[in-house]
Amino acid sequence: MWDNISILTAAPVFNIQLILDGLFIGSTFALAAYGLALVWGVMNVKNLAQGDFVIMGGYIAWWLGKQGIHPLWGLPISIVVMFTFGWLVYVTIIRRVIDKDMFTSLLATFGLAIVLAQALNLMFGPEVQTAESDFAIRSYFDNSVTVADIKLVAFALCGVLAVVVVLFMKNSRMGQAIRATAQDARAARVMGIDTDKVYAFTFSLNAAICGAAGALISMIWVIQPFYGIGHSIRSFVIVTAAGFGNLGGVIMAGLGLGVMEQYGGFVLGAEYQQACVVGLLVAVLIYRQLEMRRHRQVVQ
Amino acid sequence: MESFNPKLHLPILIFGIGAPFVIPGVTIQIAVLWVMVLFALTWDIMGGQMGYNSLGNILFFGSGMYISALVQISMFANVSEYTASSGAVDFSYTNSEYFWGLGWGILAAGIGSALLAASLGWTLFGLRGPYFAIGTLGIALTAGELMGTWEWVGAGGGLAMPVYPGSADGKSFMFYFMCFFAAIGTYLFCSWLYSTRFGLAINAIRDDEQKAEAMGIHTLRYKTIAWSVSAFFLGISGALFGNMTGFVEPLEVAFPVATFGIFMVAMSLLGGKGTLWGPILGAALFHVLKEFTWTYFLGWQWVALGVLIIVNVVFFQQGIMGWLMEKFPERFGIIVDKKETAK
Repeated sequence: MWDNISILTAAPVFNIQLILDGLFIGSTFALAAYGLALVWGVMNVKNLAQGDFVIMGGYIAWWLGKQGIHPLWGLPISIVVMFTFGWLVYVTIIRRVIDKDMFTSLLATFGLAIVLAQALNLMFGPEVQTAESDFAIRSYFDNSVTVADIKLVAFALCGVLAVVVVLFMKNSRMGQAIRATAQDARAARVMGIDTDKVYAFTFSLNAAICGAAGALISMIWVIQPFYGIGHSIRSFVIVTAAGFGNLGGVIMAGLGLGVMEQYGGFVLGAEYQQACVVGLLVAVLIYRQLEMRRHRQVVQ
Repeated sequence: MESFNPKLHLPILIFGIGAPFVIPGVTIQIAVLWVMVLFALTWDIMGGQMGYNSLGNILFFGSGMYISALVQISMFANVSEYTASSGAVDFSYTNSEYFWGLGWGILAAGIGSALLAASLGWTLFGLRGPYFAIGTLGIALTAGELMGTWEWVGAGGGLAMPVYPGSADGKSFMFYFMCFFAAIGTYLFCSWLYSTRFGLAINAIRDDEQKAEAMGIHTLRYKTIAWSVSAFFLGISGALFGNMTGFVEPLEVAFPVATFGIFMVAMSLLGGKGTLWGPILGAALFHVLKEFTWTYFLGWQWVALGVLIIVNVVFFQQGIMGWLMEKFPERFGIIVDKKETAK
């Protein structure tokens, strides 16, 4: 561990590599987390299948890539397929758990996560996959920092998608309806907004965002059927750290998590990377709780 | 506490004691059934009776398994030498060494897990509802990952338990009865616990924690004790299961979050959470279904499990016991005033 830290101080250029990798991967985390924050804030559904939606989107892009379609073209297809899938999931499952207690939605989506992970495993096998995008890999700083062009493209696409979603939420009729429902579902219903449709659309939009994030992750990183839970936990870390309705916070937390994960993986060893993410979740939860404890009077 | 009811308890007792003699071929499967019953009962102390739905109770199963393994090994051998040899060097235990080690190991597993729960509870119990569920899930996942990197306890390769000094039949026979009595003990303890003031207090926490606190119940203390109780029995079950399997491995055996960790939730929900007999019924039904169907699904069993959880949660939330109570309230001593309920 100390050896790795001394490498970082001796060759500062390594830091640039880690930070860049972290930012590129973190941008996709932020995208998926934004979807979770949307569903959480609007419908009060905690979607534990979030990460599996991401992985599913990745597999769509990867599978299309194997059929000879460039994964960047697979991205819009993945978005459309996942939107439809999200709608189906809403109609069959989420609609029925939306007004029940919170653990119900958590457990129902956890069941969904198991189904999706196992179905992907049976369809595509447990191997780790990457969608080949055939972009060049360039080196900077005297060949000590390597960045694949696809990562830059993915980073830019993440930004574009985020802007599109934000503009949609701000200006479109449906976006306004979603925000109105999030503020007060009952009042929105009184005003003639079909909240069921709004919920369906929100959930599908989340699935579509996950599909996009997954397609990008399949190009710049790796996907595997059982990586879903890791992505779900990342999204939860980001949303609990940032709070919902706080887009800037989600982006910062997403990028920060990406960088932190790279550092954790490098300093402690790759086998600790998963544990780092989960440990961070626990740390964030405990921090939030201690923060709240200050505001609460406890019976002694 | 439930008094002895011959119609209800006697058949179970006869089945439990007679099964290994009558159908010796499936002793291990039935032993696992008793472990499942224990799982569901301990989960329900928290999830059903107290309203704190933990997705990470499997943590204490794994901690119990590791604690008992380490106690059993370290009593008569050097742990790092033992794990480094990974079974190559023969550490043979005499009879008395093995059984003393086992006894202390089981005891230490229970107490150690309860202490772990108490220390975790101090920080985790501020989390409510879904945050608690996700936080516990996170802790259980981390524990598995961290154990997988710790060389001293064998890391990802795992740890072989001391070998039982006797025949394989004798071993399964002995562990069968230990599992059976562990489950019976858990049942008796839960049954007693729910009949006391403690049971009422944790029910009050489930119904409205703020009000319970306002009524002078020290909620954190009650929650911590409830979790420690469930961790104590889970730790013992982990010690028994580890010795029965003979091998401890971090991700699949000790901290199987996605299998046993979810089974305990699914079983309690299937049987009906918040009742004493619901988890037992759910565990029995689930285990029998699982044993019969697992081999025929060929890989799709996990999909079936996920679908079962979804259907259970979405369409049948009250579980079997809840449904029975709704259907035949008189049988459960609930008096329904027809004039009031008739619409």
